[in-house]
Amino acid sequence: MSAETGATDFHASSSKALLDPSLRANFRRAMDGLMAKRAAQFPDPAEWNALRDLAASVRTRALAKLPELLETLEAKCVANGLKVHWAATTDEANAIVLAILRDHGATRLVKGKSMVSEEMHLNDFLSANGVESLETDLGEYIIQLDGETPSHIIMPAIHKNKQQIARLFGQKIRDAVYTEDVDALTATARRVLRQKFFEAEAGLSGVNFAVAETGTLCLVENEGNGRMSTHVPPIHIAVMGLEKVVERLEDVPPLLTVLTRSATGQPISTYFNMITAPRGPGEKDGPREVHLVILDNGRSRIFSDSELQVTLRCIRCGACMNYCPVYTRIGGHAYEAIYPGPIGMILTPQIEGLKRRHELPHASSLCHACTEICPVEIPITRLLVRLRKEAAQPPAGSKVLDAGGGRSRLEDLAWAGWQAAHTSPLLYRVMGTALRLFGPLAPRGLPLLNAWTKSRTVPKRAKRTLQDLVREKGIPDA
Amino acid sequence: MPETARAAILGRLHAAAGSGSALPALGKILPGPLSSKGWSPAERLTRLRRAMEAVKTEFLEATEEGWPEAVHDFLVSEGAKKVAYGPATEAGRALAAAFPPGTLPELVPYDRPVEELKGALFTDIDAGFTAVRSAIAETGSLVLWPSPEEPRLLSLVPPLHVALLSSATIRETFLETIREEGWARRMPANALLISGPSKTADIEQTLAYGVHGPKRLVVVLV
Ligand code: SF4
Repeated sequence: MSAETGATDFHASSSKALLDPSLRANFRRAMDGLMAKRAAQFPDPAEWNALRDLAASVRTRALAKLPELLETLEAKCVANGLKVHWAATTDEANAIVLAILRDHGATRLVKGKSMVSEEMHLNDFLSANGVESLETDLGEYIIQLDGETPSHIIMPAIHKNKQQIARLFGQKIRDAVYTEDVDALTATARRVLRQKFFEAEAGLSGVNFAVAETGTLCLVENEGNGRMSTHVPPIHIAVMGLEKVVERLEDVPPLLTVLTRSATGQPISTYFNMITAPRGPGEKDGPREVHLVILDNGRSRIFSDSELQVTLRCIRCGACMNYCPVYTRIGGHAYEAIYPGPIGMILTPQIEGLKRRHELPHASSLCHACTEICPVEIPITRLLVRLRKEAAQPPAGSKVLDAGGGRSRLEDLAWAGWQAAHTSPLLYRVMGTALRLFGPLAPRGLPLLNAWTKSRTVPKRAKRTLQDLVREKGIPDA
Repeated sequence: MPETARAAILGRLHAAAGSGSALPALGKILPGPLSSKGWSPAERLTRLRRAMEAVKTEFLEATEEGWPEAVHDFLVSEGAKKVAYGPATEAGRALAAAFPPGTLPELVPYDRPVEELKGALFTDIDAGFTAVRSAIAETGSLVLWPSPEEPRLLSLVPPLHVALLSSATIRETFLETIREEGWARRMPANALLISGPSKTADIEQTLAYGVHGPKRLVVVLV
């Protein structure tokens, strides 16, 4: 990371990742598996196209009515007995969560998987404030044990192989013996975490879909840790990005089906947990309090740009990662971002700003694989190109955070020169001749040229220009 | 502060609303998986079983009258000692009639707040018994609406979940279930789709069952 600008250095981190053969093997194997499973779920292209049209239309309709739907959701949730909180920033969201915990003297929190809580760096914040914030999704638990961040939004520990996990458990978990048996590793985690579910004074989860019509929070999961976190402790706190709302209950099935099939190639997840109210009169269990924290963190800014707004359709299925040739080779950590891969390349710069993140939209060959696979039809590649422009030459009144944050004096100068040369025939001829004669002599170490030629062969210029050849044939200048 | 955050966020959204994509036509398409399939009851059952067995769900076939004995005998053969259930439901009452007092397995009524039962539930109980409301053939899912009589944790905390399903209640799709049962008008505090025993693939994508929830799911089919 550069000290002056705070900008991340994607070239350095991705080059480093490329040199790690075990990392590359772990990702290759995992992404091949995920792609095959997903493909098996959508054997009929006509059905796939119809389904994604429907899913995209559900998300588009929700965004078209976003403020109204959030107001309806809030009103419904409050009527159902939930407490609703709004947070403009992640700091505010953290403070809200901490205040709820402090109100109840809670110091032990169990967490279901939530990318928004990663965005908030909630675990670090809470542990600095004396609260144990424990990840309970197996993958999240593994990386928390190792002090890491997720490398994939669906499969957070996919960068590790079982030998690495076995060593980690052996070191970090009391009485765990070294074993590479996946069932035995899973059983160890079950033993440790059940005790934690039992003791926890509060549970926290994300939200996959929030239904405005009924005030229902929907959670998709396979392990049961999400249900444990939301139903066993006396308090449940759900955190969601403000784009997660959908209009009607009937909007849920089309999104659920494309989500689980795209994400893990399952027809449905093991559990689909729909939470509408805290423990009701006469109910024997369930949390006595349910809180919903609605987080903005830059989303309302994304919403205000008519082209970039589609970023908010995302249902976080992770398919664009699985299909991305860049992601597969470098893994999630090289992006140094909460959201890696194609969705991260469009989302992270918009949340954190182009000054810090102007490199991310370039981490793509624009091969279009992500756009073709996205179940809600987000034109990811188009947005990447738009963000590249926003970083270098933002239009007047740009709404993107830190627009122009990727500008470099040298690059501007070079393009100004290029433009001049290509709009003046005389200059063009002079430059062409000069390049032909002296180009090969230019030192490779020149900035810009250096960056260009590091991974590309320098083009050889022909002895004679096309113009000369054409003139020779007697074709007159236009 | 929260109130100002709310006003600020909604203010920004209202100011920007309408700048994005036009409202798509509603109900433009109803693709295959969501529209009616025209599956016969027999086909619905076959599909449900196939989907659920693919993820390690076990099926126990029984009759309308004989299922409580079947459940009893199954739990005996599994060596279960304590079985939690909801005593106030119709299924709970029928089940209790098949478990002679003073013999194993012992039925443990989940009839008080979890705070009084939590220790037993997490450590002593071998199985939880619930009925299910309906099921979904397409995805192989059981539909549960936990209630005061049949609490939420019965289907989650014990290592074995025994679920009673009437084959007459199997529907085609989730959408059909929501529509036909009028969910939008009367959502319960908690509604669940359960499509197998708890599982994970977080280690090298290798499937492992029974990570946090039940290790086994047994559907008693009548
Ligand atoms: S951008 Fe599309 S493919 Fe990528 S995570 Fe979001 S919904 Fe999935």
